[in-house]
Amino acid sequence: MTKANLPARISLWRKIVDKLMTILVLIAVVLAIVPLILILGDVFMKGAPALSIGFLTNVPTAQNISGGGIGPAIQGSFIMVGLGALISVPIGVGAGIFFSEWSTSKLSTISGFMNDVLTGFPTMVLGLFVFILIVLTTKEYSAFAGGVALSLIMTPIIARTTSESLKLVPTSLREASMALGIPRWKTVLRIVLSTGKNGLLTGVLLAVARAMGETAPLLFTAATSVIFAKSLFLPTASLTIYIYNYAISGAPSLVTQAWGAALLLILVLLALNLLVKLTIGRNSSKARMEM
Amino acid sequence: MLGGALKISKHKSLDSPGAKIATKDLKANFGKMQVLKGITLRFPENKVTAIMGPSGCGKTTLIRCLNRIHELTPNAKVEGEVLLDGVNIYSPQVDPVAIRRRIGMVFQKANPFPTMSIFDNAVAGLKLAGVRNSETLNSMAEKSLRMAFLWDEVKDDLKKSGTNLSGGQQQRLCIARALAVEPEVILMDEPCSALDPIATAKIEESIVALKKEFTIIIVTHNMQQAARVSDFTAFMYLGQLIEFDTTSEVFENPKSELTEKYITGKFG
Amino acid sequence: MQFRIRGDTILKILLIAAALFIIGIVVALAAELYKGAAASIFKFGPAFLIGSKWKVNKNEFGALPFIYGTLLTSAIAIVIGFPISLGVAIFISEKLKSHRSFGYVLGIIVDLLAAVPSVVYGLWGVFVLIPLLRTYAQTPLHHYLGFIPLFSGNPNLGSDFFTAGIVLAIMIIPTMSAVSRDVLNAVPNSQREAMYSLGATDWEVTQKSVLPYARSGIFGGFILGLGRAFGETMAVTMLIGNIPTITANLFSPGYTLSSLIANEFGGSSGLYESSILEIALILFAVALLVNVLARLLLWRMNRGIQIKF
Repeated sequence: MTKANLPARISLWRKIVDKLMTILVLIAVVLAIVPLILILGDVFMKGAPALSIGFLTNVPTAQNISGGGIGPAIQGSFIMVGLGALISVPIGVGAGIFFSEWSTSKLSTISGFMNDVLTGFPTMVLGLFVFILIVLTTKEYSAFAGGVALSLIMTPIIARTTSESLKLVPTSLREASMALGIPRWKTVLRIVLSTGKNGLLTGVLLAVARAMGETAPLLFTAATSVIFAKSLFLPTASLTIYIYNYAISGAPSLVTQAWGAALLLILVLLALNLLVKLTIGRNSSKARMEM
Repeated sequence: MLGGALKISKHKSLDSPGAKIATKDLKANFGKMQVLKGITLRFPENKVTAIMGPSGCGKTTLIRCLNRIHELTPNAKVEGEVLLDGVNIYSPQVDPVAIRRRIGMVFQKANPFPTMSIFDNAVAGLKLAGVRNSETLNSMAEKSLRMAFLWDEVKDDLKKSGTNLSGGQQQRLCIARALAVEPEVILMDEPCSALDPIATAKIEESIVALKKEFTIIIVTHNMQQAARVSDFTAFMYLGQLIEFDTTSEVFENPKSELTEKYITGKFG
Repeated sequence: MQFRIRGDTILKILLIAAALFIIGIVVALAAELYKGAAASIFKFGPAFLIGSKWKVNKNEFGALPFIYGTLLTSAIAIVIGFPISLGVAIFISEKLKSHRSFGYVLGIIVDLLAAVPSVVYGLWGVFVLIPLLRTYAQTPLHHYLGFIPLFSGNPNLGSDFFTAGIVLAIMIIPTMSAVSRDVLNAVPNSQREAMYSLGATDWEVTQKSVLPYARSGIFGGFILGLGRAFGETMAVTMLIGNIPTITANLFSPGYTLSSLIANEFGGSSGLYESSILEIALILFAVALLVNVLARLLLWRMNRGIQIKF
């Protein structure tokens, strides 16, 4: 009869490979975390000296003159992200509801798929699109264009999160509501508002965090500015564009300000990230900044 | 106290050195919950022993302790001894990886590896152990598939994926997979619970044939199955061993009131 | 009765409009880019894709150096970033099974890498990473392995493919690691236990049952990371040197599709502008393809965990 005659003990080689792979995997973890520590550390250490009330509220000054600040950039970022949210929340929530509640329709499948594709899209191209659409026609860079560009980035995120959190709501809730004679539109809205509230909030927070960190889409839509914004239809400053311009300027005083602005930005993003984690607790696959 | 003191019948073959695998005051936990409260049991060699009992009695945990799979669950702990041929498999000198090859397992729901062909599934364990010779692999695959009563149905389709088989065939494939590494003991955790009567019959047929070469321990909640297939039966309740004897004795002459109640269907 | 129907209809119309809007964006985007790129497309035809010259004064434009730069930096990013991401995912999912909270925290930390904006990566890259890599990586590599074309150039230039690739790797790790983590967690435990009970070591269980089971999803994450690398603009622009070059030397400056747009679109006009828009169209097409592929793979995995090839 055939016999395999297997050895009684596990070969040494197999044990070595097992230990080796454990070490390799550990090294991978270290390699992934070290850059994070370095970056956050550098941003904090190099950016902290730049922070001051003046820094946060003043307008930029020429390179050698002290007392310059990033006030307009802070204002600009918030304005444009706010604009973006204004546009993307209704559309994103609407699309998200559609994906979840009418998930069987062909439109829903196609649109949902496109939506997922848009989530990872190069933002440079989206900015270019808004440039052609709005800046060329209005003949000027504006906060409005910047806000629209950001909304193109924010909408897919909000749509995705909304749809996913709605899909978690058990069908029995909808059925119970409709069985009581409540019209579909009321049922949908009620479910969205009450049970899906966390999901909506998460989506908005994630989208806002993403938009605040974007630079490329603002390059040719809002451009930049050294004064506080007086109108939505003029070039507008933003934190990210300031960081970019200052970083490549080569002037040490501006570079320090770039670190300061980066620190501010990181702090805002960390706060937003924390909020997201708090709102949805342990459901990790939704609380992802990038997906 | 549960319905009377523990009654373990001193059957002849239990005292003889022919107990292939045995437990000694085996305790097992999931976090704070103690699932096994001290089980001492001897499984006779080359016989089929059935472990029965209502849900939650610990029978699955017991066999998972026998091949050291239980400890893989997070927060699981094991105390006591499990003796294979007299040697405690939980002693620090024993490598769990080596032990698991000697004690094979068939799971409740058939779990063939979906990315492997039928052939690769069957010889998966052999390849792990370092067998490279294709002649050996081919003949071992045929041998184990025959022992699992699956060879005739798949011999022309060995390269096809294992997931295209029916539930019963998949389970027999899993049995073949376990057999190929030439274990000494085979543990089966309710192997037929998800299968139809015909598939079940085939597997029960193979179990009876297999005991010539292996010691088989089968967890089942199906009393008729235990009666059909096993030589010995252990009855468990809430983590304790209530009764152990030859199957005919347990069913016809239960010594514990609890056993009798279970057998007559007074509780399940 | 009438009221209900009207309410339902209005809602449906609004929602359909939203869904159409999303499709509309992608379609309109393609259309506008094509319109803008038309002049360049007609002038150069398919030769644009393999043209390696980019001379503004002579109106000679070719996309090859930029395609090359995007591909090379993304390749570096993947070669370095993918194994690290997979390693992190395996560590969290397989090694930390008994310490769920620790794994959760570790996951959050790695995800935090995604919270750092691209421009901050660029800033850090310029002032911290370039000198670091020059001293600890590029110079030694050039010194010991300079005979390999990859490391043959002057390692002191600073902004080059190598640095840009490394930063890209760091940036795509959170994406690929997150997807891999989800996918590995979804592998049923019975698969692992089946492999264990055949007498397998921890690594063998991972290698022979977990990874094969999850390979479709892992590959999807890989493609997703690749897509992100292709489209990444700011950090790369700040670290690659922005000189169109096609060379095997990793320590040479280069140029990518998105960097070109960022640097030269403003103030361009005529054929120049049109060529840049054609570059944008290429980027659009590549990004679309890659993202569609990635989503298809991930959708497949989500619909039915059982993978049949």
